[in-house]
Amino acid sequence: MPTLVSHPDEVKVVSRRFGMGATDIDKYVELDGYKAVQMAIEQGPEWIINTMKASGLRGRGGAGFPTGMKWSFVPKVSEKPKYVLVNGDESEPGTCKDHVIFLHDPHAVIEGTMIAGLAIGAKLGFIYLRGEYRYLLKIVEKAVADAYAKGYLGKNIFGKEGVDFDIITQTGAGAYEVGEESALMESLEGKRGVPRIKPPFPAVVGLYGGPTVINNAETIANAPHILLMGGESYAKLGTERNGGTRLFGISGHVERPGVYELPMGYSMRKAIYEVAGGIKDGKKLKAVVPGGSSCPVLRADEIDVGLDFDQMAKAGTMLGSGGIVVLDESVSIVEFALRTIRFYQHESCGWCIPCREGTDWIKKTLTRFHAGGGNKKDIDNIQYLAENMMGRTFCPLGDAAAMPTLGFIKKFRSEFEEYLEGKRVEHPLIQIQPVGEPELAGAH
Amino acid sequence: MSSIANSIFTPETAARFDKLASIYPVKRSALVPMLLYAQDEIGYVSNAAVAEIAERLDLLELDVRNVLSYYSMLRTAPVGKYNVQVCTNISCMLRGGFELLDHCKKTLHIGHKETTADGLFSLEEVECIGACCWAPAVQVNYDFHEDLTPAKMDAVLEDYRAGRGKDVK
Repeated sequence: MPTLVSHPDEVKVVSRRFGMGATDIDKYVELDGYKAVQMAIEQGPEWIINTMKASGLRGRGGAGFPTGMKWSFVPKVSEKPKYVLVNGDESEPGTCKDHVIFLHDPHAVIEGTMIAGLAIGAKLGFIYLRGEYRYLLKIVEKAVADAYAKGYLGKNIFGKEGVDFDIITQTGAGAYEVGEESALMESLEGKRGVPRIKPPFPAVVGLYGGPTVINNAETIANAPHILLMGGESYAKLGTERNGGTRLFGISGHVERPGVYELPMGYSMRKAIYEVAGGIKDGKKLKAVVPGGSSCPVLRADEIDVGLDFDQMAKAGTMLGSGGIVVLDESVSIVEFALRTIRFYQHESCGWCIPCREGTDWIKKTLTRFHAGGGNKKDIDNIQYLAENMMGRTFCPLGDAAAMPTLGFIKKFRSEFEEYLEGKRVEHPLIQIQPVGEPELAGAH
Repeated sequence: MSSIANSIFTPETAARFDKLASIYPVKRSALVPMLLYAQDEIGYVSNAAVAEIAERLDLLELDVRNVLSYYSMLRTAPVGKYNVQVCTNISCMLRGGFELLDHCKKTLHIGHKETTADGLFSLEEVECIGACCWAPAVQVNYDFHEDLTPAKMDAVLEDYRAGRGKDVK
């Protein structure tokens, strides 16, 4: 089981119950659990949505869209049933924050799902976890069963006549692409998890053609806390236009990797050097991938930036899923770029050409380059390929592959050039295959 | 009592499938979960499993195979009793994921997607498994093992070899 670490600078809202045994429903209730949903039933949809809007909560999956606004887009009247879909398909490399939510506080996700359902008028919610989290599904399944047993789920919940809500839980079976909301719906409908063309957006035409709210698990888990503490109080914890706190997973070359809840806008430098204990083994910082592997890299001199959506955008990168990956001086950016693109090539669903072909050509070129067979045109070619993927795919996977690639070349071009001249790091992380040899079994 | 006569699955799994087919607004939604449970029981998704699942969900076998081929955790051939899945994605790579993979290859004498002669272990290099802050991490079947070193990995493998390992399904 993942170990929890904490730091005095943390502001615990969504992580308030972590490590306190809140997987047990009685303990969860003792810690103010299922109070917020009862308030939501009393106060009604308008109050819920206004509170969520006032909180300034923005989607924690990566896109950062205001949650209250998303919920308000769902048509009030619909011929087809409405649904809530919780996206727990957390597959962006560097990201493991939802993992700890499901592990320590599954009822918060359940309660949040109910709140979202009440806000939009849905009677059925889905909690969809990534396939690798099947051991967590057991925890969530038990929590759902316990909630049914208490009468918190099902017909006439909390004894309220006519208020019904059901939850179905399941996992995927290993596909990064399914984290994209329309691909998630396809997967849940029992199909290959490839994206849908938008518009129409899920808020209007979603699961089974009905209006659907899709939120990341952390976003949903925040909802009960927001209703309890009030939207304004939550908003004040963060910065302007970036309400509240968020879970940051700090991994890689730091002394104390972990998932920490910090206020929005918290200094990235402090997050790395103080919260996560600084660079491992006293080495020097080289670079930071700030919000999961799709976010453009920052150099060591660029980390004086606040961790919120707007400040990160201003710094030319993204807050993404909050997965901060720290690289020390020993890392070869060529290797790191290769490992990153290998992932996106492997996970491209293959539906649209710029992504399918682009990721493959970049991977092939970088593989040859990495093996010592590079030439001067390669760097420009990789850049050209990535630039031509940007904005040209049905879903954001193409961008997610292109953005880090462009970032590595922009920020570390000289390192690619030096690599061409034969300069190597002392301890390479990936085995180098001589040019012309077939790929190693296992290199995918 | 299963809705299917002569189910190839155990009564428990058959009952679970009956339930799965009934809870979703559209039956087909049960497909991915069913494939996973079928794999849990048989060790892989066999032709017979494809046929029965197709029948249960009123789908063509082709529909089932289409979905089956898409997801990386689903397989159409058996693996070892314990499938050792080593993550080498970025966070794990930075903290020794590749070293761990090489170590497993050497100690188990097998490569990616191969199985030991005694059928006990299979090895697989996998993409991010969502344990980045506890890297390097390995999943054995569905169990996570974190913050590993080659020595700790040996202990993990020894536990499974001796029948002491966790094996959650």
